[in-house]
Amino acid sequence: MKTTFFIARREFAAFFATPIAYVFIAIFLILSGIFTFFVGDFYERGQADLLPFFNYHPWLYLFLVPAIAMRSWSEERRSGTIELLMTLPITATQAIAGKFIAAWAVLLLALLLTFPVWVTLNYLGQPDNGIILAAYTGSWLMSGAFLAISMCMSALTKNQVIAFILAILVCFLFVVSGSGIVLNAFEKWAAPGVLDTVASFSFLTHFEAMAAGVLALNDILFFLLVTAVWLYAGLTVIEQKKAV
Amino acid sequence: MISVKNLSKSFGSFVAVNDLSFDVNPGDIVGFLGPNGAGKSTTMKMLTGFLTPTSGYVRIDGRRVNKHTTRLQKQIGYLPEGAPAYEEMTVYQFLHFIADVRGMAKKEKMAGLTQVIEQLELYDVLDQSIETLSKGFKRRVGLAQAIIHNPQILILDEPTDGLDPNQKQHVRNLITSLSKDKLVIISTHILEEVSAVCNRAMIIADGVKKFDGTPLQLQQQSRYYQAVTLKLSYAADITGLLEIEGVDDMHVDKKTGEVTLFPATGQFILGPVTEYIHHYKLPVDRLHVDQGRLEDVFMQITS
Ligand SMILES: Nc1ncnc2c1ncn2[C@@H]1O[C@H](COP(=O)(O)OP(=O)(O)OP(=O)(O)O)[C@@H](O)[C@H]1O
Ligand SMILES: [Mg+2]
Repeated sequence: MKTTFFIARREFAAFFATPIAYVFIAIFLILSGIFTFFVGDFYERGQADLLPFFNYHPWLYLFLVPAIAMRSWSEERRSGTIELLMTLPITATQAIAGKFIAAWAVLLLALLLTFPVWVTLNYLGQPDNGIILAAYTGSWLMSGAFLAISMCMSALTKNQVIAFILAILVCFLFVVSGSGIVLNAFEKWAAPGVLDTVASFSFLTHFEAMAAGVLALNDILFFLLVTAVWLYAGLTVIEQKKAV
Repeated sequence: MISVKNLSKSFGSFVAVNDLSFDVNPGDIVGFLGPNGAGKSTTMKMLTGFLTPTSGYVRIDGRRVNKHTTRLQKQIGYLPEGAPAYEEMTVYQFLHFIADVRGMAKKEKMAGLTQVIEQLELYDVLDQSIETLSKGFKRRVGLAQAIIHNPQILILDEPTDGLDPNQKQHVRNLITSLSKDKLVIISTHILEEVSAVCNRAMIIADGVKKFDGTPLQLQQQSRYYQAVTLKLSYAADITGLLEIEGVDDMHVDKKTGEVTLFPATGQFILGPVTEYIHHYKLPVDRLHVDQGRLEDVFMQITS
């Protein structure tokens, strides 16, 4: 437990020692601003909620989370520090947990720093802040799933670019599996059961209610499960293939 | 005690370490030698639990490294090849992190930090980030990291690579002073280092053990061990030198005019040779006894 904390602390500090965290947070804030106010018709809708803000989060995470996670294991492999790390008296589980917690904390920080949007909203109208808090929670949960996938991809290769592209690819599959295009494609020939299964893996579907501030148990469990499964996959990769 | 039995490691169809067996006991300072690609680093990676052997095993105090990895890693201090470190951290942060992860309590940690900073003379670079350090300093940080918890087992992959002559000497002394009752394995390409630091030399080539003995035994394998070389001030009849008892062979270097007398195995010829020189009043300018040329032995053993 303590060991995990030490690793998480180091990783967290590393995000800020290199400009990664600053760049990430800046881009996250700028893009979420653009999406909310320009693309999402925040004002024109004339409603006191943050739906346009949260609706774009899956698409933001799709590119930004792989960017923040691509370094996590690839860099350890490239620079050889993985040998140092894995010969310290720690388990691979502790290393993975530490890295995950650190990156997830950066994501939380980025989310918290969007507070001006919330302040604006409260200035303009009288939103239900409970709903907004629930949506924030849901968004953070979903970012954990993106993160677990991206870190597993990073564990596969010492090349950050490849890790980044692989992560986007897999995340993209999870995001779009519920979208109209994919479902239409399946509809023509697949049995309804298959269709439901494909749709049930979709981040969009599970986040839909969350963005509106409804934290349903099955959506929460879904994201937790996806996160756990991909963390476990990453663990297997690291344990099977420590060198190069 | 480290016990290695039939250890092998393959990468695909390539066999990097091939059926290696040896024991290392407390007090042993093993110099691990071998040409590039011999499998030294690969062996060390298996000793420290980083790589899983393809077959065979490593046991430390009777426990298999691949089963009790974390527990055994606590006792090991390891400098991986190339001294990898988290580049964005400062030296102080890095050593701090290592001490934390190694579970050192606050007091112990501070004592350990103070000690390694002094031992490796890192005081001036403490707040410098590791990526900006020179190669030698990086190596010293790697060494500091390996010894900070005063481990019972020290495994150092090329600890003096990239150090200046003063630091080389300094680090050799440090290893000697640290090694009391410990198990130390260092790999190196500097053959004299083995004679200077180690009490045991092990040579591997192509993943196979070729020699395991004391540095002295290694030197004794040299044709030059106890060979006597003389330089005459002017030409004189030297054919008689070959007749001296114990002298096996003679070689005259045409360029320098130096005469080298090789002893038969196990013979010491310095006494008889000097006697002969006195008796026949040979005009000898210089004379020296060789301690054995390790480069020759190394080449002979590994090729
Ligand atoms: N992950 C790997 N995949 C494939 N081959 C490898 C791998 N690691 C090492 N090898 C090969 O195994 C052999 C032994 O390598 P190793 O690093 O142990 O040599 P070494 O004795 O330490 O050499 P050096 O003196 O150059 O450090 C080399 O031929 C190397 O190319
Ligand atoms: Mg090596």
